[in-house]
Parts: sequence; C-alpha cells; structure tokens
Amino acid sequence: MRPILLQGHERSLTQIKFNKEGDLLFSCSKDHVINVWYTHNGERLGTYDGHNGTVWTIDVDSQSRFLVSGSADNMMRLWSVQSGKCLFRWEFPTAVKRVAFSEDDDQVVCITEQRMGHQGAVRIFDINRDGDGTEQNKEPLSMFNPIGSKAVVCAFAHRPDVIVTGHESGKISLFDAKTGDEIASNEHAHRDVVTDLQLSPDRSYFITSSKDKTARIHETRTITVLKTFVTETPLNSAAIAPSKPYVLLGGGQDAMSVTTTSLRQGKFETRFWHKIFEEEVGRVKGHFGPVNTIAVSPQGDCYASGGEDGFVRVHHYDESYFRAKPYGDLEIEE
Amino acid sequence: MAPNGVNGSAYDDEDIDYSDIEAKYQVQYDEGFDNILVVDGVPVIDKSKLDKLLQKISKDFSRKGCPIKPENITMPWTESGKSKGFIFMEFKNGDDASRALATMNGHPFDTKHTFLINRFTDFERYLALDETYVEPPPEEYKSKEHLRAWLGDPQGRDQYATYRGDDVEVHWHGKPSQCEVSYSKVNWTDLYVSWSPMGTYAATLHRQGVRLWGGSSWEPQSRFAHPLVKLIDFSPNEQYLVTWSYDPIVVREGAEQGPQYFSPEDEGNNIAVWDIKTGHLLRTFPSAYPEGDDQKKQMAWPALKWSPDDKYVARVTPGQQISVYELPGMGLQGKKSIKIEGVVDFEWRPLGDRDREEIENENKAGGGKAPKKARENTLAFWTPEVQNQPARVSLMNFPSRETLRQKNLFNVSECKLYWQNQGDFLCVKVDRHTKTKKSIFCNLEIFRVREKDFPVEVVELKDTVTDFSWEPKGERFALVSSSDPNLGNPGPGITIKTDVSFYQHERSKGDFKLLKTLPGRTSNTVRWSPRGRHVVLATVGSSSKSELEFWDLDFNIEETRREGAPWGSGIQHLGTADHYGVTDAEWDPSGRYLATSASAWRHTLENGYAIWDFRGQELEKHILDRFKQFLWRPRPPSLLTKEQQKQIRRNLKEFSRVFDEEDAAEESNVSAELIAHRKRLVDEWNAWRQRCRDDIADDRRKRGKKADPANEKQPVEEEKEEIEVWVDEVIEQIEEEVLE
Repeated sequence: MRPILLQGHERSLTQIKFNKEGDLLFSCSKDHVINVWYTHNGERLGTYDGHNGTVWTIDVDSQSRFLVSGSADNMMRLWSVQSGKCLFRWEFPTAVKRVAFSEDDDQVVCITEQRMGHQGAVRIFDINRDGDGTEQNKEPLSMFNPIGSKAVVCAFAHRPDVIVTGHESGKISLFDAKTGDEIASNEHAHRDVVTDLQLSPDRSYFITSSKDKTARIHETRTITVLKTFVTETPLNSAAIAPSKPYVLLGGGQDAMSVTTTSLRQGKFETRFWHKIFEEEVGRVKGHFGPVNTIAVSPQGDCYASGGEDGFVRVHHYDESYFRAKPYGDLEIEE
Repeated sequence: MAPNGVNGSAYDDEDIDYSDIEAKYQVQYDEGFDNILVVDGVPVIDKSKLDKLLQKISKDFSRKGCPIKPENITMPWTESGKSKGFIFMEFKNGDDASRALATMNGHPFDTKHTFLINRFTDFERYLALDETYVEPPPEEYKSKEHLRAWLGDPQGRDQYATYRGDDVEVHWHGKPSQCEVSYSKVNWTDLYVSWSPMGTYAATLHRQGVRLWGGSSWEPQSRFAHPLVKLIDFSPNEQYLVTWSYDPIVVREGAEQGPQYFSPEDEGNNIAVWDIKTGHLLRTFPSAYPEGDDQKKQMAWPALKWSPDDKYVARVTPGQQISVYELPGMGLQGKKSIKIEGVVDFEWRPLGDRDREEIENENKAGGGKAPKKARENTLAFWTPEVQNQPARVSLMNFPSRETLRQKNLFNVSECKLYWQNQGDFLCVKVDRHTKTKKSIFCNLEIFRVREKDFPVEVVELKDTVTDFSWEPKGERFALVSSSDPNLGNPGPGITIKTDVSFYQHERSKGDFKLLKTLPGRTSNTVRWSPRGRHVVLATVGSSSKSELEFWDLDFNIEETRREGAPWGSGIQHLGTADHYGVTDAEWDPSGRYLATSASAWRHTLENGYAIWDFRGQELEKHILDRFKQFLWRPRPPSLLTKEQQKQIRRNLKEFSRVFDEEDAAEESNVSAELIAHRKRLVDEWNAWRQRCRDDIADDRRKRGKKADPANEKQPVEEEKEEIEVWVDEVIEQIEEEVLE
C-alpha cells in the first residue's frame, strides 16, 4: 500500500468522507476548515471556508453536488461541492455534532449538542434540490429530544422515516423520524460512549465503535448485535469495507493519557478484522496519535484514516489485497 | 381477643388468656441436678468426726478456688452408722460445679484418699444407658480423588493458574489445540493463589484463613483458620504450612477450641505452623524483625526455613541465635538454640538428586542395619563485622552442631547466601566497601561443598552485583552487575544499564572462569530453565524497556564434547522478544516454555500474560484487564528410575517420531474443524444477507420505488468506458505567400 499523507489540517481530524465514486475525499478538523482532495494523488482540490469553530462533521450527497457540515459555531451549512460556496446556513443554540444525508439525498438529519441548558436534539431538514440550492427551509421537518443519555451519532436507517442513533451511555436506538418516538433500543449495545456509526451500502446493517474497546455490527431492522470485535484499545471509528469481508477499526489511547505512554503503547493503528469470523487479519501503522476517523472508498479500492495528529493518510490497496484469500475460497455475500 | 393496648384495662382481666405469656416468662427453676457433684474417695468415718471432716473438705475446696460451705455437703450413712465413703455437694449453679469438677477431680485428700468426682446427672445418664450393643452402621467409603491426577493427563500437559479480576482459572497448556481452561471459579481467593512446591495443592487466601484444594475437581482438602493471613509458605515436602498475618493473633471469648484452632497461649503471635494432612496447629511464633532501629524494618520471608527433608524448621533471631525445631513435635531441637553472636541470616543446604537417591536406598535397605552414619543437614550462616571481629561465613552440620568450615571476611557491608540447587556449591555474594566506605564492590566466595575440606574460591568483581543465580543442576552461574551511577536511586524513566556475565566451573583447575559477558544490557533478571542450559534475561518492572533475551549455553553441545571447543563457544543467542510492561517471568516445570506476565498489582498498562517457547517464539499472548497473577503448577520429582530415564533418552528418536505423527494428525483435524466452523458462519451470514435483500426489496416496493436502487436512477448499468476527446481548436489562420 502506498499511503498518501494529506497535510492540510493544523489540528486533529474529526471526520472524513468519500463521495460515492470514491474520487473525492472530504475532511474536516478542529481548525475550522473543510478540505476536499483528489483521492488518486492526494492533491487538494479546494476548501470550504466559513465555519468559525471546530467542524465536527460533514456529509456529502450521492451526486457529489451538496456538502453539509456541522460545527461548534452552532451552524449547519450547506455547500456547493463544485464551487465551494456556502449555499445556506442553519443556526442552532448549540454545536452540531453529527450530520447525515438520507439515501435519496432529499433530507438531512443532524444532532445538536446538549449544553447551556439546551437539550440535545435530533432535527430532520428537507433539502430543496431544485435551483441552485440557496432556497432552503429554515424550519426543520421534524425535531425531537431523545430522553436519557444524549445522542452522539446518527444516520438514516433502512427506511427514510427511521433514524438510528448511538448514545453516550452505549445505547443504540431507532427513532421514528416524524414523531420522534423511540421504536426500538438496545441499552447495552456498548458499555461506553458510542464514537462512530457507519452503515452498509444497502443500510441493512451498520457498525458502531465505542470507547469500551469493542466494535459491533448490528442489524438495522432489529438493532440486534450480529458480530462483536474486541480490541485492547478504545475505538474512535469503525468502517465496513465494500467487496471484501473486512471491517476497519481505528482508535488508540485517549489523547489525554497518550503523553504518558510510549508510541508503541498507544496502539495508533488501523486494524483490519474479518467481518464474519471476528478475527483480526492485519494492522496498518502510521499515525502518531489516536486514529479519530476512518472512511472507506465505496469503490473498495482505498481507505483513509484521519488522526489526532492532524494528518489524513490515504491508502490505496495493493494488487495483493484483492487477490489474497486468507481464509480460502469462501463465497461471502456483501 | 383484647387489643394489646396499654389502656386496655377496660376489659375484664379474667377473660384474657395469658397462658402463652405466662409460659414465656415463667421463671425457670433449677430443676436439674447440674449443680450437684458426687465426690467419691472420702474417708469412711462415723458420725462423731463428721464436722471435722466437712470442715477439712470445705477448706480444701476453698483453697483451690471452689468455695463450698459444710452445710451444702450431704453425707449418706449406712445402717451401721458409718459413712458410705462418698458425699454430695450442692453448688450455687452448674458453672461452679463444673469448675470444682475440673480442679478437684483427682485431688489427693491425704495419702490414702484421692477424690474422684462425678456429676450427679452423669450417674443417672449412665444408669439409663442401654446395655445392648448396637453395631454402628459402617461409614460409607468415599473414594477421594487422586491429588496428583493432573500428572496422568494422557497428553502430558502442564497446568497453570491465572488470577484476573475476581476469577481464578486453571488452564491446561500443551499444543495449541490442547490449551483449554480446566477449571475456573469466581472469587476463589481474596488475596492470591499459590501452589504447593510439588503442585499437589492449590492454596487460596481468605479473610478467615487459608484453604487448600486438590484433586481433579478441586475439592477442598483442608483449611487453616488464621484470620487476616497475608503470607504463606509450604515446607519442601508439602507436609507443613507456615502462615503469617500482620495482625497478631487474637482469641476471642468463646472462640472454637481444638487442635485446629488458636488457643489463648498463641495470642499476640503472627506466625503459625500447621500440619497439612491433619490440619492441626503445631506452634505459633512472633515475627522476628532484623536488628536496627530504623523505621522501615522489613520482615524476611520466609520467616521459617525448612530443612530439605522436612525434619527441621529453623528461624533466626537476628543478632543472637538460630532456633531449630524438630518436626512433628515442633520442640526446640536439643532443648536449646544455636547461640551465634551477631548472626544475620542462614540457609539450609538443599538436597541433591544423588542425596535423595541415597536416602531412598538407605530407607529401603534400612530396617535391619542402621546406616553407618546418620545423615546430617547442613546450615550456612554469616555474621557481620563486630568491633575487631571479622565477618564470618560458617558451615555447620545439624543436628550434631559441628562446624565444618569457617571463612573470615573483611570490609563487609552485606552478605547473601546462594546454594546451588543440588547443594554442590555455595556462593556467598559479599558486598564489600573500600576503606573510605565510599564505593562498594563485590566478591563471590564460592564454597565447593562436595570436595574435601570445602575449598573456597574467590571471584572479584569491580561492579555491584544486583542479581545472581545458579544454573539448576549445573556448574554455571549468571550474574547481573552494574556500574550505573543511578543504581540505588530508582526514578521514573530511569533504566539502569547492566552487564550480564556467565561463569563456569572448570573441573581441571577447580576454579570458576568467566564464560562470556554481555555488556550494555538493561536486563535485571536472570531466569534459568529448571533443566538448566537455557536462560532468559529479562528487563522487568521498567516502564520503557521490556526486553526478553533467550540464550542457550550448550548450543553446539556435540562439538564441545568431541574436541574440547574453545571456552565459552557454546553460548548462543536464540532470540529476542518484547513483552511490554513485563513484571514477572517464569519457566514451566519442563523448561520448554517461558511465561511472562504484566500484573495489575504493579501497574495498569496492558496487563496480561504471554507464553514463549525456549527460543523466544511467542505461542500465546493474552492482554487482559485487571490481570494479576500467573503461576505454573509445579511438578513433583520424577518417579522413574535412573535406568528408565536413560532408556527414554536412548529411544528419544522413536518417541519423537510418534509425537510428530500425532502433531500432524492433529493439525489436520483442527484445521478441518476450524474450516467447518467458518463455513457455518459464512452460511449463516449469507442466509441472513439473502433475507435482508428480500426485505429491502419488499420495503422499496411498498414505498413505490423500484426494487433495485441502482436501477432507479440509471436504468442501464453503464459500462465503464474511457472517452478520450480530442479538441481541435483553430486559433488563427495566417496565409503566407511564399515567394519563390
């Protein structure tokens, strides 16, 4: 694998995302900037300037037309991917921690932080895709406040009217997007805060990572745990590799306690685990801080990891990755 | 019925049935005759002497602390006017009577008469006894599990115990497929677990005391009630157990009494010696602290040192004496301690395999003729320099207390005694200071105990020796020395540089010669394989270094034997490994595997354990939160005779072929199993995916969309094609006329 080091951020990465074709990589960081890169050579295509606070989260639609971002300046912004112009701004009382497009790109879900007397809220907005995108409805289509432990990650589930959320307590829940009713929940999906949630291409299952040192695959419909991956380090991110039966896990000792441990000790590696056998298959080293976020190209030819160290590393798989069959000839459905 | 109110007097008392309350609060009259004793053996008198006799008896009783008035004594008379020779005494209560019974029974009243006292109630009881003999039902024989059942494992595996969180587990360790948990129990112990020296018992420590477990299903074997026990130590042959608690023994009022419990005489002591088979307490001792008035007095453990044959146990009273107690009575041998002015420490000489064999032969041959000379144990001890007296190391035979050898030493600040495990050599590591007492260097005084007159050889070293160890059953030793200025003031992040040296006994010259020095290491621990030859150097307890080096000291053993290869050429580095944060390293009893562990008792980073083979190849590694303890189960000495062992060694090739075949067969077995397991997982997954796909298609149809999202927007799957577009753009056209 030849890693490409993307050195465009001055502070730690918060989230990275590939577009559907996998030729563009979007990254956001605590330095207020969103960058977009060419995946194949690591050249920076441009930036999306305007946020005035840590950009916590981004998502891009399937046509690579709109980009949505959420930031600690209490704003959610809609950008034109092509021009880098900010098309619309939604303002909230607290920071935006997570955004996600729906499958049809016509809705966006966002989580706002529970802070300063405001409850944590999940809002769903319609995205007007007609015209140049500057005419959006300021008011959310629906909004609800999850009771109990606050939600930290979310996404549209297998149906566009269901939202799946991950909570600080380790709970995973399904909510009705319109009414805000909790349809189902798994209180003990994890034992510590859920740090990431990524869906399979058809949204029928998803993987979550947690500080409790495990990652788990859940069935979306029933939110039952299908697979568990137990590591020895707190996990910050987990992704599902397309076309190969692997999942990618990243994490490492907390940034706070890192200075007291040696580099080797921190375990700042991206781990490849077999999705079905729950066995570790390999590790990729490189970061010298915890891995904060991992994204896999939907085309399955490369992945990228963003670290606390401020670097994004893009790894294109070698030919051998596609040829290798470490477990023999087993036909595994994606 | 009437309410139980206080003001319930409105009711007529007559109607109320108080019988239950009356029954409850009825005064219990002393109906029994518990307070009456029958005293037999009283002189036969006639009535005239009655008063005088009663006065005398009453006085005798009072003198012994059991006052009784003459009017409470009843004397029965015969018809002829003589007394019957026994009297009745009525005490105030049963307790007084019991005390009188205990103190006065068997009391010699005068030369002819001795009191024999019984309880009055006893007479009745024994009279009422049924005289016909009923054969007691024979107790059902319950076969006990064999305590060494684990040695009968068909695969010849070793066991180890792990303690993690609250769980204690006993594992089998063998080939990769044969490693499994044999037994596990939550909250098995409160403090830690320990094996007995031959692996027969597992000991667990609890608030109430120690428990021993054994057999294949880990039945409780015996227990020793020593509250708040902290440390335990077994005798070498597993016959006795020593326990220690920081809190002195307290015997509570009404505590259970018996041979298995502490009695009031034991109060205030800290150390207890127990018999393992019976569970009886043998003796208790106070803990002995080394001399000196500094605050950080540390007790040496084990506080009691056992002779290798379990016959004696000795303890040192620093500065004064060594006391040797004889088992099983625990009486002071020879009724006096060995007085040695200034004695600091001592060690028993271990028994070698040869000694054991001889003892066995003697025992076999014994019975008829007594052995020509009683076998003696040997003690080594040392005394420091006092005034003009030099420091001295002595060897003494026991029980004859005959001094075998003494050596005087000068400028000594500290001595340590190291016996080779066969008792062939004794190394005294002497830390010496220069005249100015500023720097310290080290001498090794090596006594060759098997030779005549105990020749001593001195190895002088310039550096401070931090660790020393003999090769088991060998003639080599390894030592870790250091001249690092940071030695002695440990701090965070400081790793002390050390040198590791190997020495070997040169038979022809009879001295010890340096084999090899490995300079510039960080290793601070030397672990010899219990079979000798292999050795591991480890950096233990450091936060930045955690290297393990595996060495073989007889790498080209064949060549060396044949042609007397150069000195020290057999040493070969086999491998280097790393176990982050390692705190303990221990060889398995067979000397094939090394286990390293990082215990949560020391730090909380990456706790867990790893098992390596003797070459330093990692076999297993488990990182487990809150991992505390790893312990190989020791093995008893082999039961095979020398000849049988030789036979095996000769046919080693045959055996190993069988094992290889087994290995191969098993490998294919295991992989078949694993493949089947994986196949099952994949099938499950694929079936589930199929269901998912159908569900999603259904869903989408319901929502009024096409079933396949890919087809929705792009009805025809486009072939990926590369289009190259050439754009010709005419920028300018200039017509030039060329003149010819």
